[in-house]
Amino acid sequence: MAALTPTAGTAPGAVPGKDAPPARPAAARRPRPRVWRGAVLGLAGVYFVVPLLASFVFTVHVPGHGVDFGAYTGILSADGFGRSLLLSLGLAAATIAVSLLLVVPAMVAVRLGAPRLRPLVEIVCMLPLVVPPIALVSGMQSVLRWGPDHLATTPLYQTFLAVQNQSFPLVLVFAYVVLALPFVYRSLDAGLRAVDLTTLVEAARNCGASAAYTLWRVVLPNLRSSLAGAAFLTLALVLGEYTIAALLGYEPFAVWIVTISGDEAQMSVAVSLLSLLIAWVLLLVLSRAGARADAGASAPAPASRADARGTTAPLPAPSGKE
Amino acid sequence: MPADTLPPPGTPAPGAAGGSSRRRRASRSWLGTLPLLAFAAVCFGLPVGFVVYGAFTTDDGGTTHATGSNIATSLGGAYLTSLTGSVELSALTALLGCVLGMLIAQAVVAARRGALRESVLTASGVLANFGGVPLAFAFVATLGISGVVTQVAHLDSAGWNLYSFPGLVVIYLYFLVPLMVLVSVPALDGLRPQWREAAHNAGATTGQFWRHVGLPVLAPTLLGGFVLLFGSAFAAYATAAALVGGSVPLVTLKIADALSGNVQVGQENVALALSLDMIVIAGLVMAVYLPLQRRSTRWLH
Repeated sequence: MAALTPTAGTAPGAVPGKDAPPARPAAARRPRPRVWRGAVLGLAGVYFVVPLLASFVFTVHVPGHGVDFGAYTGILSADGFGRSLLLSLGLAAATIAVSLLLVVPAMVAVRLGAPRLRPLVEIVCMLPLVVPPIALVSGMQSVLRWGPDHLATTPLYQTFLAVQNQSFPLVLVFAYVVLALPFVYRSLDAGLRAVDLTTLVEAARNCGASAAYTLWRVVLPNLRSSLAGAAFLTLALVLGEYTIAALLGYEPFAVWIVTISGDEAQMSVAVSLLSLLIAWVLLLVLSRAGARADAGASAPAPASRADARGTTAPLPAPSGKE
Repeated sequence: MPADTLPPPGTPAPGAAGGSSRRRRASRSWLGTLPLLAFAAVCFGLPVGFVVYGAFTTDDGGTTHATGSNIATSLGGAYLTSLTGSVELSALTALLGCVLGMLIAQAVVAARRGALRESVLTASGVLANFGGVPLAFAFVATLGISGVVTQVAHLDSAGWNLYSFPGLVVIYLYFLVPLMVLVSVPALDGLRPQWREAAHNAGATTGQFWRHVGLPVLAPTLLGGFVLLFGSAFAAYATAAALVGGSVPLVTLKIADALSGNVQVGQENVALALSLDMIVIAGLVMAVYLPLQRRSTRWLH
C-alpha cells in the first residue's frame, strides 16, 4: 500500500507539505516513470533545440569559408532595418497605449458601477478571437477602398487619408488594438479578480482622495503586474505581426525580414534568432517584475500568462533588436 | 470612467446622502465603457460588416446586387480544396500538439523539480510566441533545401520536403506544443496526488487511474486545448506565406492571393466570402471552447 500524501496540515509529525514528493516504495514504482519521463523530455528537447542550433550554424557558417559573423554585424547597417524596427516599436507603443486607455476605464467602470454591461464588454473583447487576422484585413481593405469613393466630399475623407499615412499608419494601430483586445482583457481580468476594487476605491475616497488620484495611486498600482503582462503580449504581437501589415502594404519589422530574405538569407535567419532571444529576455524581466509586484499574491506568473494568452491568430512572434 | 463615477467635491459626505450618490455612480459609470464600445464598433464591427456584406453582394460597374455566388465559388473547386486543406492541417496539428504537449506537461509536473518546471514554462511562453515569419526562417535554415540538418542527414535524398503538408505540420507543432504545455500544466497541477493514491489503494493500476480518473477530469482542458490549437493553426498565415514556393493549399494563402488580385481581377468579393467561411468555422470552434474553459477552471481550482 502506498503512503498517503497528507491533506493540508493534517499530518502528524514532520511530514513535508504537499509540494514534496509523496513517500513511495521507491524501488518498485520509480524506474519506469523515470525512463518514460526522461525519454519524453529528451525528445522534446531535441525537437526544440535542434532548429535553434541549426539556425545559428546556418548564420555563421559560410560554405568553403569557415565561420563568419557577417550576418550579425551587417544587420545594423542593412537597408531598411532601422526604419522598419522604429516603425514597429512606434506601432507597438501606440497600440499598448490605446488598448490600455480603452480597456482599463471600461473594466474599472463595469466593476464599480455598471455590472450589467460586464457581459457586453467581455463579449466585445473576446470576439476578435473568432475573426482571423486575414479576415479582419480583408474587411478593413474593403472599408478603406469604399471610404474614399463614397465620402470624398465630407471631412471624413481627410481622416481616411490620415489613418493611411505611410510614415505612421494609424490603421495598423487600430487593427492591432483589435487583435490585442482578448489578451489585454484576460490579463486585466485576472488582475482585477485578485483585488477588491470597490473596497479599495471606497476606502481611498473616504480618506479624501480625488478620483484621478485614486485611479492613479490606488487602482493602477494594484494592477501593475497584469498591466505589464498585457503590455508584453501586445508588444510581442505587434513586433511579430505580418499578415495585416503585408496585405495593407506597409513595411514594419516582420515584413522587412521577409523582404530581405530573398537577397540575404543568412541575415533574415540571424534576425529571427535575435528576435527570439530578445523575447526571452523580455519575458524573464517581466516575470521577475511580476513576481516582485505580487509577491505571495494570486496565481503564479506563467500560469496566468498562459491564461491571458488564450489564443491568437497567426501566433505573434516577438521580434526586434536592442 | 472613475472620474464620472464619483460625486463632485462639495457633495455631502456619505450617510443620508450615500444612497443618492450611489445611484448617481450607477447611472453614469457606463460612460467609461463608451470609448471601448465605440472603438470596437468602428474598427471591428465595420470591417466584419463589410466582410458579410461583400460576401453576399456583387458589384458590376456601379450597381450592387445581392448574390450567393461568392459563397458558392468559395465553397467549390480550388477554394474548397484550400478550406479542407486548412481544416485538415489544423485538426492534425492540434491533435498532435494536444497529445505531445500533455505528455511533456505531465513529465514536467511529475518530475516535481522547481528549476525544470520554471525553465520549461518560460521556454514554452517564449516559443508559443515564436510563430510567424521568424519561425519559418528558422526552419528554412534547419530543414529547408539548403538547411543545415537537411545537408548533414541528406534528408533530400530521402524525399524530405519542408514545403509540403508534413513540413508544415513539423513547423506548426513548434509553437503549438508549447502553447499546449502552458495550457495543461495548471490543469495537471490540479490533479491531486491523493486521488492517485486513493485509486492505487483501491487496487487500480496506473492505466486504470488515467482511464477512469485522470482523463475524465482533464477532458475539458484537453478539448479546450485542442480548440485553442486548432484556432491558432487555422488562422496562421505568416508562416506559410514566408515559405515561398510552398504548394500546400491553405485558405489564408488563397484569401491573400485573391485580395491582392494575383489570380484574377475582381476576386475581392470571393476573398470576403472565404473570410466569412473562416469566421464561421472559427466561430463554431470557439463556441465549443469558451464554455468548456469556464467549466475546467471551475473544477480544477
